[in-house]
Amino acid sequence: MLRGQLVRQLVSMAGRVCLFRSSAGSGPVGPVEAAIRAKLEQALSPEVLELRNESGGHAVPRGSETHFRVAVVSSRFEGLSPLQRHRLVHAALAEELAGPVHALAIQARTPAQWKENPQLDTSPPCLGGSKKTRETP
Amino acid sequence: MSGSLGRAAAALLRWGRGGGLWSPGVRTAGSGAGGGSGSGSTEHLDALVKKDKVVVFLKGTPEQPQCGFSNAVVQILRLHGVRDYAAYNVLDDPDLRQGIKDYSNWPTIPQVYLNGEFVGGCDILLQMHQNGDLVEELKKLGVRSALLGEDKDQDSK
Repeated sequence: MLRGQLVRQLVSMAGRVCLFRSSAGSGPVGPVEAAIRAKLEQALSPEVLELRNESGGHAVPRGSETHFRVAVVSSRFEGLSPLQRHRLVHAALAEELAGPVHALAIQARTPAQWKENPQLDTSPPCLGGSKKTRETP
Repeated sequence: MSGSLGRAAAALLRWGRGGGLWSPGVRTAGSGAGGGSGSGSTEHLDALVKKDKVVVFLKGTPEQPQCGFSNAVVQILRLHGVRDYAAYNVLDDPDLRQGIKDYSNWPTIPQVYLNGEFVGGCDILLQMHQNGDLVEELKKLGVRSALLGEDKDQDSK
């Protein structure tokens, strides 16, 4: 058990030093993305954890880490309402959400629910926010 | 399960900007008018979320959402024929923007309240919409979802 945790920690550390490519395949994993992954792994021991940096679709500088989508598949969600599940994810990422992360789309599923539809959805396009978008037509 | 219902909705929600389809009925409350420095206070927000059966806090307005997630909330309500709801634009008021996050203990916008009770953000509303729960919750508020169509006794499940 302890060992499992150690391994997980090592894996997330590896993530932090960019051994993995980001889910979007668009470059190295940034520090925020790595932290999100590590904290969710630690807090919820997910069977599946899919994370996508969606910042590219928004009016933020290239390479930003502001908008994310995550699918967390964990048996910890068993018997919990969607609200409770999301609150668990928010609690694990309190620091990120209070700081650099503006948007976090969450798919919090139990393993059985994930099997029914095992995919990370797509977020709606940015509509500009408080700034003007530069890239959207 | 309401598979087809969910799917139709999902298709509709394929994030078209769907602009301009707003119909009257929605009160876009200019929160700025609502009381200066108190707009983010617990008392003010408490009153705000209880004043109307359906209350949403958005980035932008129902007519012109400024964020894809806020737009999704607007489109879901529209799909269900919910017209009579109060919408507050947090981009107009920094106090409200921070205040509602603290009040709901929820870090992001949009936020949805039904009958004074916090429901969640875009993800949860979308999920409730897809699994039929939203139809049921609206029914409890005395609002009949437009997705139920003509058939009065059609069960959403």
